[in-house]
Amino acid sequence: MNLKDWISGASTRRQVIVEAQVVPESVRCVQCGICSYHCPIGIDVRRHAWLGTPVTDSHCITCGECIARCPRGVLRFDKTRLFVDLQQYAQGSRDVQDSPKVGYA
Amino acid sequence: MPSYVIIGEGAAGISALEAIRSLDADGQVTIICDEAAGYYSRPGLAYYITGEITEDCLYPFEKVDFNRLKVNFINGRVKSILPAEHRLELDNGNSMAYNRLLIAVGAQALKAKVPGAELEGVVKLDNLEDANRIMKIARKRHTAIIVGGGITALELVEGFRARGVRVHYFLRGDRYWSNVLDETESRIVEKRLKEEGVRIHYQTELGEILGKHGRVSGVLTTTGEHIPCDIVGVAIGIQPRKGIGESAGLKTGRGILVDEYLRTSEEDVFAAGDVAEVYDPTVGKAILDSLWTPARRQGYTAGLNMAGKKVPYYKGVPFNVTRLAGLTTTIIGALGGREEDADVVGIVRGDSEGWRQMPDALVAQANFDINRMRLQVGERNLLGAVLMGDQTLSRAIHRLVVDKVDITPIREKILNPNGSVVDAIGDFWTALASTSER
Repeated sequence: MNLKDWISGASTRRQVIVEAQVVPESVRCVQCGICSYHCPIGIDVRRHAWLGTPVTDSHCITCGECIARCPRGVLRFDKTRLFVDLQQYAQGSRDVQDSPKVGYA
Repeated sequence: MPSYVIIGEGAAGISALEAIRSLDADGQVTIICDEAAGYYSRPGLAYYITGEITEDCLYPFEKVDFNRLKVNFINGRVKSILPAEHRLELDNGNSMAYNRLLIAVGAQALKAKVPGAELEGVVKLDNLEDANRIMKIARKRHTAIIVGGGITALELVEGFRARGVRVHYFLRGDRYWSNVLDETESRIVEKRLKEEGVRIHYQTELGEILGKHGRVSGVLTTTGEHIPCDIVGVAIGIQPRKGIGESAGLKTGRGILVDEYLRTSEEDVFAAGDVAEVYDPTVGKAILDSLWTPARRQGYTAGLNMAGKKVPYYKGVPFNVTRLAGLTTTIIGALGGREEDADVVGIVRGDSEGWRQMPDALVAQANFDINRMRLQVGERNLLGAVLMGDQTLSRAIHRLVVDKVDITPIREKILNPNGSVVDAIGDFWTALASTSER
């Protein structure tokens, strides 16, 4: 899936289920909690947004409810990176570059 | 073992706590907060009053989180700080020593300077208590008049509307939030508000709030028009709560002045978040922000410095995402010193003075039905942007602005009024992202 496909709507529900996970962009998040509130599985998505880590919980059914409900566009589907160390992901991710976790600690 | 005291439990205070604990596992940390609710999401109040979330949803941390961070919580108000003695006094007479102190008490709403501003039924939206009051009075009353500009004014407008209250929205000028949005953007917001049944009164200024038996019964505009109502919502701007620093003898301006290490004029006293006026070495002056992410980053940086590191705060590109009349809106970078906004005094919540820097730029725009994208296109890079509605490109544009990516290969395409800005940016970003590993 690339950006053009997203724009043209070419990504299918099937693709999402098979290869995506929910990824937050911390700098957009204000911790309002709408995502956690609406998660049918009860995953604390908001905490992932605070920490800048993707929702790797195996219970996540990628229903997209959190993504749709977020008033600030914090969350999106992105490809699953099963074999990347999470901490490394956070460090290297351009999305969380502005988050306090990175570059200071 | 050093002892740290943090006054205030918002985004800045909590981030400072996390930062201190990342370096110092044993030091004693105490948070003093004048709200019993402690840490909750202030921006989340907007969705609380519309009924989209419940109160328990506002609290990002649970007890286990606070236990893990080993923090003492005191619900109280600090009366005075004595920097020379490294001590502070609480309202209840207790006294407390500290080695390092952080002031992160935020900002508070300015009051309307009109007769009647103290009447029952005049509300603001600063904190949870205000939100609960709004929800309570919305149940029994019928008509609200909202004055002010920026995000909080709309939160009040939409909150009352969602609760079935008739809403009149007063704008002093000709359009909404004129020092950040351009005219098209203002009109999009206003149109949507009107569709929600909000009555907008242009060039209308609150003159006096009228009361009966101590309660709001209507307003008079400055031109003498009388409108009956039983609620008046005021969101004309905010002011850093700098008083506690002032009386402690700290240097203050509009807020408590801090250097790039978030240190005040006193060696062991720091300030962060909305209360702080942070010196920015890149522009050589201090700028006020009222944004979540800078508050979080300032708090974190202050915390590290309190625990012995020496880390400067890097301001970065001002950025916020908010919802205006139901439209997700991203505001990035320098947008130009648009006209003065008569509806606000100085700064509002979710606002940055950084946005008012005048970029040397041309404007490219793409309009759709309810979506809009405005780009400030500089000589070699993008300097700022406003995206309303569709946010597909917002992450890409944010990165292009922050990383000062050279956009000369697509500059002409972007500025071509007959071309597709969306495609140009989309293709460019996709190519860029695939070459840089992602």
